[in-house]
Amino acid sequence: MTLTFTIAIVLVGSALLGLIGYLLGFRRAKAAGAKGRLHSQPPQHGGYVASLAAGVPLLVGSIFGVILLFRPKSEFSAGADDVVEASSAFPMVSTIVLLVLGVIAMIWGLRRITSDFRARTAGEKIIRGTLVGSAFLSIATTVGIVASILFQAISFFRGDEAAGRPGVGVWDFLSGTIWSPEAAFLQSQGSARAGESFAEPLFGAVPIFAGTFMITTIALLLAVPIGIFAAIYLSEYASDRVRKTLKPLLELLAGIPTVVYGFFAVVTVAPLVVAFFETLGFEAVSYQNALTCGLVMGIMIIPLVSSLSDDVIRAVPNALREGSLALGTTRAETVSRVILPAALPGIVSAVLLAISRAIGETMIVVMAASLRANLTANPLEDMTTVTVRIVSALVGDKSFDSAETLSAFALGLVLFLLTLILNVAATMIIRNFRRKYAL
Amino acid sequence: MAQTQEQYRARLGRRKIQEKLFRACGIGALALASMFLIYFFVTIIQRGYPAFTQAYVQAELTYNKKSSSKFGYRNAVDKELQKIVSRGVLRTIPLQMKHNPEMMDTSETKWVLATADVDQYLKGKHDQLTDAEKSTVDRLVEEGLIERKFNVPFFTNADSKLPEMAGIRVAITGTVMVLLITMAVALPIGIMTSIYLEEFAPDNKLTQVIEVNINNLAAIPSIIFGLLGLSIVINFLGVPRSSALAAGLTLGLMMLPVIIIATRAALRSVPDSIREAAYGVGASPWQVVAHHVLPLSLPGIMTGTIISMARAMGETAPLLIVGLMAYVSQPPGSILEGTTVLPAQIYMWTTDSERAYIERTAAAILILLVILLILNAGAIWLRNRTERQW
Repeated sequence: MTLTFTIAIVLVGSALLGLIGYLLGFRRAKAAGAKGRLHSQPPQHGGYVASLAAGVPLLVGSIFGVILLFRPKSEFSAGADDVVEASSAFPMVSTIVLLVLGVIAMIWGLRRITSDFRARTAGEKIIRGTLVGSAFLSIATTVGIVASILFQAISFFRGDEAAGRPGVGVWDFLSGTIWSPEAAFLQSQGSARAGESFAEPLFGAVPIFAGTFMITTIALLLAVPIGIFAAIYLSEYASDRVRKTLKPLLELLAGIPTVVYGFFAVVTVAPLVVAFFETLGFEAVSYQNALTCGLVMGIMIIPLVSSLSDDVIRAVPNALREGSLALGTTRAETVSRVILPAALPGIVSAVLLAISRAIGETMIVVMAASLRANLTANPLEDMTTVTVRIVSALVGDKSFDSAETLSAFALGLVLFLLTLILNVAATMIIRNFRRKYAL
Repeated sequence: MAQTQEQYRARLGRRKIQEKLFRACGIGALALASMFLIYFFVTIIQRGYPAFTQAYVQAELTYNKKSSSKFGYRNAVDKELQKIVSRGVLRTIPLQMKHNPEMMDTSETKWVLATADVDQYLKGKHDQLTDAEKSTVDRLVEEGLIERKFNVPFFTNADSKLPEMAGIRVAITGTVMVLLITMAVALPIGIMTSIYLEEFAPDNKLTQVIEVNINNLAAIPSIIFGLLGLSIVINFLGVPRSSALAAGLTLGLMMLPVIIIATRAALRSVPDSIREAAYGVGASPWQVVAHHVLPLSLPGIMTGTIISMARAMGETAPLLIVGLMAYVSQPPGSILEGTTVLPAQIYMWTTDSERAYIERTAAAILILLVILLILNAGAIWLRNRTERQW
């Protein structure tokens, strides 16, 4: 009996118990109703008994499952499946125990049914409890993210004496200029053959940050002016009809999956960029140059910048606009001297969100940028980014606790913190903006 | 300091020019953005549509002792055709003959797949045929023995190392499986969370923290969810790598905040008068929600769900990390077996050095974009049809 099968039996069994509970509760309430006036309707009684009969085994079962998962793993190797496999009686016994618990809960519920039992109120409490539970599950995602990244990252910085994996200093990581984790792989392969010397693996992330910074900057140089001017035209100049046709078109750009942008970058844009700069006389332009990634990423971000800016520009009160025009200014002067300064916080937050999006963007750079951690100021050379290194460290069959795999979590932590700060800053700025104009 | 009328006029002229420039910048920005869009679609369509036809060659397949062996299956066709008929067709002959012994010493003439090089040559693209082979192909085309037909294998085959045999069947199956699991995870939890936050939760610090938290979760880069999936779904829960279940759980966690935000907006758009009227006739809090608020906000919730499904469908980065980048040559039998999804297939074909994959990639992209377009158009249609002013 496998784990999957056990879970299926418990699920089906609970559902059956629930159905039986509903029918019995309904009948009992009807019978009670014949004797005296019922406080709650029979279906509410039935629902109450059903939720007890099905809910108790499910709740106990999932709590038990979670405890099994958190059990220290050293005694058994892999996971819950092993425990189940370890003794053949275990799944059978636990299934029976759970279902018996369900029957007990059902009988207890049935005995409570009298004409003045408030089944509706009791049911409300159960529903509320379920809703609170699911809200906490949603929050658990955040805890899960933080915990999973943080623990692995700490393990990366600490190192592991037993496995012969040296730790990496936080400062070395943040300020080192050479990233060559390949040595870590050789080291773990060759640790058995003592006496041979290996190059120390180096985890200096500066070239990776530099690549991310370069590509993000190029993307923003393209996307911010185009996005803001598009937003200004759409909100201040365009007629309703033009607006209604162009806005969905921009949103279409936003709906294209990033893997498609990646294909576009590799197959179309990269050869164009290389051909263009080689005719200008530049030599040996890399097909994986940072410029291509930046340009395509810029195209991807345009709709983000333009739709957020459009929202804030339209949110500027008309009184400001009309007051300025009444003084005899041209539209351009109204926009640049009155409306843009008023909408500035909103536009700044749009740009911050665009930066956060560009830093975290993965597929375009995984496909079009290189793996080489190259510290350069020349956008025509190949560079790598944080997200590329994360993917390359985690794809493939490397052991999970090698230094290279763990380095992905350290990079992930940096990425997470960076985007979190940008997002929080953007939210705070826009909230102040909205408060100012009482939106 | 008095200024003359000429000076005023000159300044007005300058200001009008500035105005025109400013306006031109706006138009230019929009034109550039539309140009990108048009260029983008033209390239993808241009590269993708040839993949919907594929070169077929009419060949006489002879089944005899020689062609039934594992090393001699090439001899099932004439020497001339050996470089033209796809190896994917020929290599199955020994197995077929083993299952159907009565085929021995017979022959049949039928249309079979040609190699990718022949196909690319017919489409005027880069190929690796020798000049002699090219002239053979030209002669066969003239005789009507090589033709381009609708590319059925592209839809019914799994991925293959031979470009002419590669199809998107596994990717489609995988995408459907992953999306179903994603929705099974994200939808119930997401909707229940939104109902709690919007209808039941007291307005205190804790609720505000939860709210900020969920908004931030929605803006976290998708690759971070890949890290979460790897360390929690795969390492902690022990779900097999590359499986639809691992991908679905990861994407489900990722779509949770998106669905919560959309559902809360839909719930909020139901006016309070509805709730008060329901309370007024004696409904309990849950009855107010289940009988009145939920049915009224259902179209909004569905729109949000469809849009988040479209997003989940195009997502690639977290799936690469949970191992959906595997080469899978058979449709998965269950959610625990290795599979791939459409975007991951596109990624794998793009990184393949074989040129013939490019048009298949573009064709897969076209299919993905059409599905996404239909989903989004459906959502917009639903919204327009059901939107009501209170």
